[in-house]
Amino acid sequence: MRNKGLFLDKGIVLMIVILCILPMLLQNSFHYEIAITSMLNAVICIGLNMLVGYAGQISLGHGAFAGLGAYVAVILSTTFEFDPVLSIMISCIVLAALAFLVSKPILKLEGHYLAMGTLAIGIIISLVLTNQSDLTGGPDGMGVSQFSIFGYVFENDMQWYVISAFLLVFSIWALQNVIHSPFGRILRCIRDSETAAKSIGADVPYYKTYVFVLSVVIATIAGSLYTYYSGFISPADSSFTRSIQLVVMIVFGGLGRIYGAVFGAVIITALPQLLTSLHDYEQMVFGAIIIFVMIFMPKGIVSIFDRFRKEEI
Amino acid sequence: MSELLQFTFGGLTVGFIYALVGLGFTVIYNSSKIINFSQGEFVMIGGMSAVFLSYAHFPFVLAFPIAIFFSSLLGYILFKLVSISKNSSTTSLIILTLGYSIFIRGAAQVVFDKQMHTLPPFISNTPITIYGATITPQAILVILVSLVIVLGLYVLFNKTKIGKAMLATADNKNAAKLVGISVRKILIWNFMISAGIASIGGIVLTPIISTNYEIGVMLGLKGFCAAIIGGIGNPFGAVFGGVLLGILESFVAGYLSSEYKDAVAFIVLLLILFFFPGGLFGSKKFARV
Repeated sequence: MRNKGLFLDKGIVLMIVILCILPMLLQNSFHYEIAITSMLNAVICIGLNMLVGYAGQISLGHGAFAGLGAYVAVILSTTFEFDPVLSIMISCIVLAALAFLVSKPILKLEGHYLAMGTLAIGIIISLVLTNQSDLTGGPDGMGVSQFSIFGYVFENDMQWYVISAFLLVFSIWALQNVIHSPFGRILRCIRDSETAAKSIGADVPYYKTYVFVLSVVIATIAGSLYTYYSGFISPADSSFTRSIQLVVMIVFGGLGRIYGAVFGAVIITALPQLLTSLHDYEQMVFGAIIIFVMIFMPKGIVSIFDRFRKEEI
Repeated sequence: MSELLQFTFGGLTVGFIYALVGLGFTVIYNSSKIINFSQGEFVMIGGMSAVFLSYAHFPFVLAFPIAIFFSSLLGYILFKLVSISKNSSTTSLIILTLGYSIFIRGAAQVVFDKQMHTLPPFISNTPITIYGATITPQAILVILVSLVIVLGLYVLFNKTKIGKAMLATADNKNAAKLVGISVRKILIWNFMISAGIASIGGIVLTPIISTNYEIGVMLGLKGFCAAIIGGIGNPFGAVFGGVLLGILESFVAGYLSSEYKDAVAFIVLLLILFFFPGGLFGSKKFARV
């Protein structure tokens, strides 16, 4: 499948159409909250899917990276009164540097060891955020300043809907271009066989680091935007549970499938909201659904649609 | 001096619990190469069922075996789930066991409740003083029970026929089948034993630190750290890793900062992964990364 950068396929057009129609169906703030949260989660998942689904490097620490990124941005703009956009940019640089430093030793690991290593880093980040209460407000969290772009203040749901939708479409488009480029082919080659990738002369550590840093930066942007939208941040946003939730989203949707990540993010975000009617049984049902999908649809929810597809990517 | 001894006693007690959880990981990993993220939930179920059975006026001698049985049953169900899953990718199996742990935690919330619970100490609660440091008989019991289980596993694996069959299965499933070992049965045993020893840990721990439905998460993760520090797949490594973690944690809490005590396990884990990827006692077979 060849393409020259700016291309639009059927999927992305359909996505734009859905995103344009959706606001007509959203009736109240709660609906908007689910939609916006789903979209921002989907953006994080698209980045994570590039790392886990395409490059084959599992991370159980991305929730912590997203949370830390959000904290850096929020502390800059709330405590030190920086411009929000500038804060997010600085946060991206800080997190990129951290991810770069961490990636050197950690991406040498594989399989369970990599899972454990990223999990350990995530938990350490989460503990630091909980305990440095002079900066972060501790376990109770902290309020967040208003978000604005060059003085244009974001105050209603529709504005947040538009910016999230824009970010989501942009991420899908960017990922499609990445995975169909030579860079993307090398990522998939690393996933399928690292030895093969090395034998064709690919600088494997370079590619792994690149995609790891990129996915952390994407998580930082979406994570920061989410905290500005919700107006509140707490260490729960960086917890082990959060990291697991993100991985569950992409595996649930379908690893290495662009719309898998989006599907997974939407379903896993919306499901607990819909399941609240089941109150106490919520977690149980959630766990059962994960088990069911892993056993009977190991390629994720989007694999259901495979029979309608003519061409394999 | 008495302070140092006191921290050591505290560390040893928790350390042996981490060791028991770590052993659980080892037993399943050895036979099936699966990292079971629901190991911590087995600990929780052991403790919680023992508590609720004792609330229902079951005597200890009855309540404990039933609690261990519940937990082993969960181990058996995990085996069933893994074996009907046609997927063997590492990531999917990790997610499967994570899903299972969320399910068990959710079920525990419904069947039991969300409160903290405790059991009365099994034996006298009068602390024993040794060189100015004190240790409760219950803590000594925890250590003794753990040592008995470790020894039991050693005997099982090295001296009994079924244990040797387990080792053979771990080494090469097809070869084990060829010599007439029922690999399926062996795996079932391993999953049940793993859950069973985790639940024993949960039961003996309950009088010391109390229990609730969420307790399994951190215990599971730290047991996992213990297993990897010692070299996953090596039972003695898991015990060493657990005790080392417990003592380090206790020292950090006592001398440095109690807030960062939970970070110790994960920092040690990272250092081990970076510098000794096979664990401190890992064989070369597991050291390849």
